[in-house]
Order: sequence, then structure tokens, then C-alpha cells
Amino acid sequence: MTEQTNHHPSPPPASFRPSDLKRKLRIGEGAIETLLFILGFLTIFVTVSIVIVLGDQALLFFNDPQVSFREFFMTTQWQPAIGQFGIWALVSATLTTSLIAMAVSLPLGLSAAIYLSQYASPRARSVLKPILEILAGIPTVVYGFFALLFVTPLLRDLLGADKLGVYNMLSAGIVMGIMILPLISSMSEDALSAVPNSLREAAYAMGATPFEASIQVILPAALSGIGAAIIVGISRAVGETMIVAVASGATSKFTFNPLEAAETMTAHIARISGGDLSYNTIDYNSLFAIALMLFLVTLVLNLISQWIVSKFREQYE
Amino acid sequence: MTQPETMQYAIETNDLSIFYGKFEAVRDVNLKIEKQKITAIIGPSGCGKSTLLRAFNRMNDFVPTSRVEGEILMHGTNLYSKQIDPVEVRRRIGMVFQKPNPFPKSIYENIAWGARINGFKGDMDELVEQSLRGAALWDEVKDKLKQSAYALSGGQQQRLCIARTIAIQPEIILMDEPASALDPISTLRIEELMQELKKNYTILIVTHNMQQAARVSDYTAMMMLYEETRSGTVIEYDETKTIFTRPKDKRTEDYVTGRFG
Ligand SMILES: Nc1ncnc2c1ncn2[C@@H]1O[C@H](COP(=O)(O)OP(=O)(O)OP(=O)(O)O)[C@@H](O)[C@H]1O
Ligand SMILES: [Mg+2]
Repeated sequence: MTEQTNHHPSPPPASFRPSDLKRKLRIGEGAIETLLFILGFLTIFVTVSIVIVLGDQALLFFNDPQVSFREFFMTTQWQPAIGQFGIWALVSATLTTSLIAMAVSLPLGLSAAIYLSQYASPRARSVLKPILEILAGIPTVVYGFFALLFVTPLLRDLLGADKLGVYNMLSAGIVMGIMILPLISSMSEDALSAVPNSLREAAYAMGATPFEASIQVILPAALSGIGAAIIVGISRAVGETMIVAVASGATSKFTFNPLEAAETMTAHIARISGGDLSYNTIDYNSLFAIALMLFLVTLVLNLISQWIVSKFREQYE
Repeated sequence: MTQPETMQYAIETNDLSIFYGKFEAVRDVNLKIEKQKITAIIGPSGCGKSTLLRAFNRMNDFVPTSRVEGEILMHGTNLYSKQIDPVEVRRRIGMVFQKPNPFPKSIYENIAWGARINGFKGDMDELVEQSLRGAALWDEVKDKLKQSAYALSGGQQQRLCIARTIAIQPEIILMDEPASALDPISTLRIEELMQELKKNYTILIVTHNMQQAARVSDYTAMMMLYEETRSGTVIEYDETKTIFTRPKDKRTEDYVTGRFG
């Protein structure tokens, strides 16, 4: 067979046997499929296990006579020392810092992505991309101190030290945004670069300026990928711990005012579990309830951003 | 002719050479394209037809290595001189591509978008209808203007691309194998459309289909490669019936009669 294919293909077999069409056993295919199934199943299994463990422990918390479901979801004071467990005090800080982070990272990250994919010369790209990647490699604790020791003093100079405390959500949120920026920009850039060239040419051939082509044709065509970037960005922001723990204060407070200090869910978990916490106390169990809430907040924010992106896309298509 | 020489033609090239890096893809092309006529560019694959066509509306600018020597004159102005804005060039010289490439927008928006970015201030509904009628598509889509352009067939998509091009009212329309991805019936419709369009526009079309060139075009430019350098050039340019019946160059004759490439 191999000798023949060089010049003329081997003639078809003289007689056709029905068995030729039978399913063949392809061991490799089967093995890969099984492996992929197991791996896929494993991720689901891990996720479900986490939820079960969290839920199980959280149940202990809610069963405690000192707390009620109602109090947890309907009140806004989180003072475990005096038996107040209103989750919104922590959620408000998480939402505020995350929104600031997205407000910083989304416009900057998208602009960077558009610049890199549409405008930058190969040389500019080769300089800028590594810089963004370095930004992504900085440990978050370093970002935390950057916020506390550089950005906060700067903001206090700008806004006045009486307006802004040493700990505040604004500085933490901004720095968190800088941390997320490389993620948003590189994922968005991938999405933009994946837009078929024919579409780009169509826009330019209609007499579009590079800006019109990028914003009105290429960006909308890349919307699902950019949506994914936003979702990953939000999840990072909501889950980020070190920056907020260092820079936004260690007192829980129900507020959406970025100039104030307030403790996020993640920072609270980190602080409490860092101390000597004894097993099965109410403080200990409360951590699981917070973690579950964190899970929920991420989920809801993701659903919202997915919905917004799909709305945009509908309008566009 | 009473007109000054440069105004007589829609567009003309003077010793035009086009490079990709060091490689000279097209060399020394001198063409004078007649107004409101269809000019076909034919020649074997890789001889630089697309490269030449894309030079007219400066689409080659997007290939970072590309470079042009010589001139392309439109109304006596060199399109490659420093003060020329390529965006403005593309607004006056439209282009239809080989593969239909509508925007992922509604049929209506596909046409309205280009007009809008080109500063159209008039009645958009009317413009959309006119353009679709001009591209012989109106009757097929008038009830689904808000639907995605992707829901159209390939032939309809290509006519939509023609419609959005005429909506910005260019002087010249470039077409790079506009029917090669279409079935014979859609091809015929596009060819009929071109005859209609030529009343108002100058059309330049690249095609591999000799019958098509013979059927639709008034003038034909035959391109061929220089053997040594692999650069393409126009070896013969004349009225289409001359090219197809008594060409001067033996290579043209071989090519149009199918004895070549
Ligand atoms: N973007 C590019 N970068 C470098 N070289 C290119 C580029 N585009 C085309 N070329 C080269 O220029 C020459 C002419 O290509 P062109 O696409 O113009 O040919 P063509 O006549 O349109 O061919 P076909 O009939 O197959 O479409 C070829 O040798 C091709 O490899
Ligand atoms: Mg070509």
C-alpha cells in the first residue's frame, strides 16, 4: 500500500464485503473519551463537594439558636462578638470594591485590548504584552501594600485626608482593578483577534476609520469572548482577598460609600480564620455561611453579566 | 475628446508596482480604466490580480509589509500621495469581496451602517430600499429587513454586500471574484446586476471565469507572471472582444482559449 500511494492509488478491492462497513474497534478513541469523561466528571464532583461541605457546615450555623435565616439575610450588622450576623454588612463591601475594580479594569482593559489588536505595531505589541503579563504575575499581597502605602496616600492628598481614611474601599477597589486589568485585556484581545479578517476588511472597505471599525463592527462581533472576560474578571474581584484585607480595613460596616473602610466577605473569612478559632463555635460555623454567600454572589453577578452581554448581542445581531 | 486627458478615465495607473517586503508582486502596470464601463482583470492564479485590485482602494495598506511605487490617479490626483486619506479613498472606491462578508447585523443595518459612518443625513428607509432595489434584492428581503443578514443565502448575501456598497455611492466598485462562491443562477443575477450598475458606476472585476469576463466586461486586462522574478504584470489590455477574438499576445490567446494554466 505505501509503495503504491506514491504515484497511483491502489485500485479499489475487486469484491466489496459488507463487513468492510462494520464498526471498527478503535481502542485509542475509546480510551481518550473515557479519560475526558472522568476528568470532566471530576471537576463537577469537586465543585459539588465544595458546595456540600460548605452547606453542611453552614447548616450548623443556621441551626444555632443565636442566629436565624431572617437575621442573616435581612439585617445589616455583622458583629459576631455581640451576636449580630447580618451578612449585608460584608456583602456591601464586596460589591463596592468589586464594582470599583470593574469600573477601572473594564474600560482600561478593553481599550488596551483594542489598541493591541487593532492599532499597535508588532513592535509596540512585543513591548506591551510582556508588561501586562508582568502585571498579572505580581502577588496580590504586594498589590495590597501598593494600595495601602501608595494609592491611599495619593488619594488622601487628592481628596483631602479628612475625607478619606487610611483604610478605604476606593483604594482597594482601584488597585484590584489594576490587578484584574491584564486578565480582561488579554482575554478581550484574544476575542478581538478571533474576529474573522473578512469582517474587518468589510468595515474598512465601507470607508470606516479604524475607530469606527473597532468599536462598531469588531468589538460587537467579539462580544461573547469579552463577556467571558468580564465574568472571569468579576469572579476574580469578588474572590480577591489579600488586597482588601490589607487596604480596606478590618471593621465590618454596611456601606456603599467607597470613601469609607469596610470589610469584605473574603477579608473577613481570612481574618477570622487566621486567629485561633475553635472548632464548631458559632464564629467558626459562620465562615461557611459567608463562603456560601460568596458563592451565591459570584453566581448572581455572573448571571447578570451574562444576561447583559446577551442583550447587547441580540441588539447587535 | 474635449475633456482634459486625465479626466477622461475613471482611474489610471502609472508604472504601478506593488511589493510585499522585498517581493515585487506586481510590476509596472499602466492601465487607464474607462468610466462607466466594466473592466475585467484576468490571468492565472498568483499573478497579482487581487493585489492590483486592492491597490485601487488602498486595502493593501493593511498588509504591513506592502509598499507601492508609481501612481494611481483619480481625477488627476495620486491616491498614494502623502496628503491623501485612505479612508476617503475607500469611501469613493467601494469593494465587493470573493466570499460574501455581511456584518453580523440586520439586513437593514448592513446598509444603514456604511451610510451612517459616511455622514448620510437623508431618509434612511428610502436609502435602504433604493440600495436593495439597486442590488436586485429588495423583493426577496423587504419583509425581513430586521432579520440577521446571516440568515440569507450566499447569493443573497453577496447581493447585500453589493447593496451596502452602492448605498455609499462610490464612483468605482471593485469586485474580486464576486461570483466564484455562488451557484450559476446567483452568478447570472450578479452579472445582470453589473450591467445595470454600469450605468452609474465604473466597475473593475477580477474573475477566473473566461465566459464571465467575455459576457460582462467591456475591457479586459490580461495579467501574467514574469518567469524570472515571479512578478505579475498586465501583458495586454484592450476591448474585451479584441482580447477574446484576436489577441495580440500569444500567451493571452492560449489563456483565454484554455490552453494555459
Ligand atoms: N499579504 C501578502 N503578503 C505577502 N505576499 C502576498 C500577500 N498577498 C499576496 N501575496 C503574494 O502576491 C502574489 C500575488 O497574489 P494575489 O493574491 O494578488 O494573486 P491573484 O492573482 O489574486 O491569485 P488568485 O487568482 O489565486 O486569487 C502571490 O505570489 C502571493 O503569494
Ligand atoms: Mg485573488
